[in-house]
Amino acid sequence: MSETALYRPALADNQANAEVLARPGIKVTRAGPLARFVFRGDAAAAGKAGGAFGAALPVAPLAANAVGARAALWQGPDEWLLLARPEADGEQAVDMLARQLAGEVAAALGDTPHSLVDVSERNVALLVEGAGAADLLNAHVFLDLSPEAFPVGTATRTLFTKAEITLWRLGDEAFAIEVWRSFAPYVEGLLIEG
Amino acid sequence: MSQPHRTPATGRIDRSVPVTFTFDGRTLQGFAGDTLASALLANGIHLVGRSFKYHRPRGILTAGSEEPNALVGVAKSAAAAAAGQSVPNLRATQVEIHEGMVVVSQNRWPSLAFDICAVNDRLAPIFVAGFYYKTFMWPKSFWNSVYEPFIRSAAGLGKAPTAPDPDRYANRYAHCDVLVAGGGPAGLAAALAAARAGGRVIIADEQGEFGGSLLHETGATVDSKPATDWVASAVAELAGNARVTILPRTTVFGYFNQNFVALAERVTDHLAAPDPSLPRERLWQVRARQVVIATGAIERPLVFPENDRPGVMMAEAARIYAGRFGVLPGEEIVVATACDSAWVAALDIAEAGGKVAAIIDMRPDPGAALVARAREAGIRIETDCVVTGVLGKKRVKGVLIGRRKASGVVAAGEISCDCLLMSGGWTPNVSLHSQARGKLDWQPEKGAFLPGDPVQAQRSAGSCRGVDGLAAVLADGAAAGAQAVEAATGTPAPVPDFPATGGEAGSGWWLGTVPHDRNAARVRAFVDFQNDVTAKDVKLAVREGMHSIEHIKRYTTTGMATDQGRLSNMNALSIASSALDNQIPQVGLTTFRQPYTPVTFGTLAATSRGDLFDPVRRTPIHPWAAEKGAAFEDVALWKRAWYFPGPGEDMHKAVERECRIVRESVGIFDATTLGKIEVVGPDAAEFLERIYTNPWKKLGVGRLRYGLMLNEAGFIIDDGVVGRLAEDRFHVTTTTGGAPRVLALMEDYLQTEWPDLEVWLTSTTEQWAVVAVQGPKAREAIAPLVDDIDLSTDAMPHMSVREGHVMGGIPCRLFRMSFTGEAGYEINVPPSRARQVWEAVFANVERLGGCPYGTETMHVLRAEKGYIIVGQETDGTVTPDDVGMSWAIGKKKPDFVGKRSLARPDLVAEGRKQMVGLLTKDATTLLEEGAQVTVEAEPARRTPALGHVTSSYVSPAAGRPIALAMIANGRARMGETLHVPMPGGAIAVEVVSPVFVDPEGNRLNV
Repeated sequence: MSETALYRPALADNQANAEVLARPGIKVTRAGPLARFVFRGDAAAAGKAGGAFGAALPVAPLAANAVGARAALWQGPDEWLLLARPEADGEQAVDMLARQLAGEVAAALGDTPHSLVDVSERNVALLVEGAGAADLLNAHVFLDLSPEAFPVGTATRTLFTKAEITLWRLGDEAFAIEVWRSFAPYVEGLLIEG
Repeated sequence: MSQPHRTPATGRIDRSVPVTFTFDGRTLQGFAGDTLASALLANGIHLVGRSFKYHRPRGILTAGSEEPNALVGVAKSAAAAAAGQSVPNLRATQVEIHEGMVVVSQNRWPSLAFDICAVNDRLAPIFVAGFYYKTFMWPKSFWNSVYEPFIRSAAGLGKAPTAPDPDRYANRYAHCDVLVAGGGPAGLAAALAAARAGGRVIIADEQGEFGGSLLHETGATVDSKPATDWVASAVAELAGNARVTILPRTTVFGYFNQNFVALAERVTDHLAAPDPSLPRERLWQVRARQVVIATGAIERPLVFPENDRPGVMMAEAARIYAGRFGVLPGEEIVVATACDSAWVAALDIAEAGGKVAAIIDMRPDPGAALVARAREAGIRIETDCVVTGVLGKKRVKGVLIGRRKASGVVAAGEISCDCLLMSGGWTPNVSLHSQARGKLDWQPEKGAFLPGDPVQAQRSAGSCRGVDGLAAVLADGAAAGAQAVEAATGTPAPVPDFPATGGEAGSGWWLGTVPHDRNAARVRAFVDFQNDVTAKDVKLAVREGMHSIEHIKRYTTTGMATDQGRLSNMNALSIASSALDNQIPQVGLTTFRQPYTPVTFGTLAATSRGDLFDPVRRTPIHPWAAEKGAAFEDVALWKRAWYFPGPGEDMHKAVERECRIVRESVGIFDATTLGKIEVVGPDAAEFLERIYTNPWKKLGVGRLRYGLMLNEAGFIIDDGVVGRLAEDRFHVTTTTGGAPRVLALMEDYLQTEWPDLEVWLTSTTEQWAVVAVQGPKAREAIAPLVDDIDLSTDAMPHMSVREGHVMGGIPCRLFRMSFTGEAGYEINVPPSRARQVWEAVFANVERLGGCPYGTETMHVLRAEKGYIIVGQETDGTVTPDDVGMSWAIGKKKPDFVGKRSLARPDLVAEGRKQMVGLLTKDATTLLEEGAQVTVEAEPARRTPALGHVTSSYVSPAAGRPIALAMIANGRARMGETLHVPMPGGAIAVEVVSPVFVDPEGNRLNV
């Protein structure tokens, strides 16, 4: 359904239960861990970072660029959220990939001013999928999620009732929510509430 | 359970599906498709409520949401009613009955038929307009003890439910090209036009069924189909269009700025056993590019004496009951009118099998065609006549007729009847246009206010803008829909044609009081039924000096009922204008406001209630603390472990133990909630130099410094420890509650003041969980777990930071720092492994005789050291020097936020409040935080306080209570005795240093 190989449902033994919600036409799943960075800098820095990271950092507002198990989400004129999934499962694999990517990006940037900060564990991701996904999200997100206003590949920071999230449309009927860890139970609770 | 007042066959009710419900304990039957009002009328019940002020018996007046009288309490079932779960003040005309519904009448005791408070009606001469303002003024002392309790007990109509609301409520944000408010002929035509042009359309109607007047416009055709068939095909067409959202039972109740429109959808109230996954109601918050208002017109009552008796009803309402619901509202019906539409109603009712005894028209010469049809139907016709009174109290028994002469009205006998229909013409429903800030234009020839030029992207269509006649209304709706979708999308949209027959335009109207021959002092003609406002009240208000319609409204309460004056405003305005001898547009109309009809609190709150009212943030250590029986406190959105009571311990004992153990051996504390910001870039140190009072450029990599943040007024707003991880990378911590605003403030300065700085900010609050270990054995507790960091004081002194690993490869940032005065560490680790690390450290802590501690102990330990808490010692008016922290100011720095203000005369003046310690002279009394401090034990009244107590605890280390306080000139008062006046007598205190433990700081370097 989704057009990226990035997200995988969390392993059952890793989080109590990967499934948050399953109803006809709607499924909400917790995604497994990812290496995540916030990259900040100007366009030149972003250009260099994309090469090292393995997915170009998009310059168009609200754009996301997914390449295999990597993705770069535009978050602002000088800010991107970089996501990467390691081959292996588990947090150690994420630690290693994060360390490796940080080194590679830093090397590619050299003296070019920028900021690369590991936020792998700051966020968790929820996958919202199904014919009712947009309507369910619109219970708590005030954006227009119609395909013409919010096409596949759009990513933006927004509010989910009272929690800040990044919402990314992965497919016609598939969205990812990136949210700070401690806000996830609130977001899950509201998704269940409908 | 017969329904004696049903027509033989008409109506859209399903006579094969009987529905049983109770009204005031009486079991009644209606049919599927009935409203509560139509079902009650089918059972011959008109008396359904008592009025607010006079407790007069009242009947069903209308068939719509403007109903002023038939307000009832409704419970889903007998079980729900018994559980105290009911909804008060619902309009019986809007409630769709379902099996088992339990309905009670309101504002009566002991019963609807015999109501004690009906004595108010006898006392009516006392309860005139402005009664409250005149009566409850003196003696003044009566207000609290007599008047207010009396008014409170008398106020309100329905009974609030006693049990918590068991229902769920939902919210939906939506966007569309065209929102159509109203699903009658104009609204359906507009929605079809907009949808056929490819627009995204939302159409909402407050009723359960779309169609509006078409549902009872018997004989009319649209597109050569019977009107109701056309409605069905229109709804089917809209439903088959994926870009159209159809919302029945949905009231467009609020029109806000930028075409933001709020709708309340009643999802399950009409169902006996709804799917439990469905919410009861749903709030729709719609951003519409264009809005078409198609809310129709509302028939206006005639203001004649006793026009409020049960059995008096709006003519069109009776037509609706007969045509749509198959109910005849009386055996003998008289129609009093000033317009054509009531004749149509009379003829339709007669055709449905009702007996119309007479039509009494105020006009001398009603249209010949209608007169001829009425004659043919055998109806007595009285023209140039008025109804001058109504016989009967709990039900109409007859009407008094008067003939209009040049000299006045002359009595012309009475007609016995059990139902009186009235119509003073139609008031275009301009509520939403008015809510959208559109002005109104007075049309004297129509006797109506019509929508003027819109302010927002909206247009009115159909009879809400004075268009008459079905064909014209459909054409107007189609044109409005096409214009709206074109304006929204920029694509030309054709105007569909909906040819129609029937529903011809009528004429005639009346505003204000109906002339009569009765003693004006003894009769009452009601203008606002729900609020019991009579024509006399409006005139009295004018006589007493209320010359603005806004004052008249508030003085008399006319138009302040749940219909917002949709029935009453025009008559009240006309009466006021006459009394003021002024023109209607000069007196003006009151503004219509949200909500259009009452909206439940549940709908407005939607999902923001209970556990989901706010996000509740918990740390990865939270479950462990909960398992250990910790008490928690709220800090911003976080739950923090407050203290860990042992067996038999109260808070005081637990905190005393925790404090003692931390100073004796070691304690473990969850510091995860502290805000963290990673500041990165070549100008990182320069940025911090400007944001904080402290100097940063010379801070070595691997070292920590306490940072103090001021606002531009020079007052302390936040603090925290900052670590330098690299030349261009700092790990900043903030207070728990301050994290979001500190980050926003920093970003604000970067973007607006210093865009030239090459430095960027990233919140890492949740990237790290923080295990704090404090106490003389802290190093012993963590050392076995640290992989690759030299913990010796030489290698890692107090106020330093190292990056490394713990427990075989878990990444960590290890801070050596203290907020207790003891040596300590804060281990920052990834949250996914925080509990694992915590439990390993705790095992060592426990082995060393240590314990976990909570925020209360943290507060005591820091107060013993005189460390401030921003927001406790400070209150937004405190400078660094006030709390003895001039040392934190980089004297050589050219600038930092707040620097200039620190030189302001009032911030360097003598006598500012300064932080000091206080010890109670008796060494046992615990001061109250916030208590005032004075020189004298019993100061004269109005003596200003010297200051106040900011923190007060029992200090295990000091062996006595200690306190911090902000005292004028405090540092010059060391050793002085001051007083803390309390209700039980002043407490003598000695001013001391705010550092109660280890003033030299030796314990930090263990």
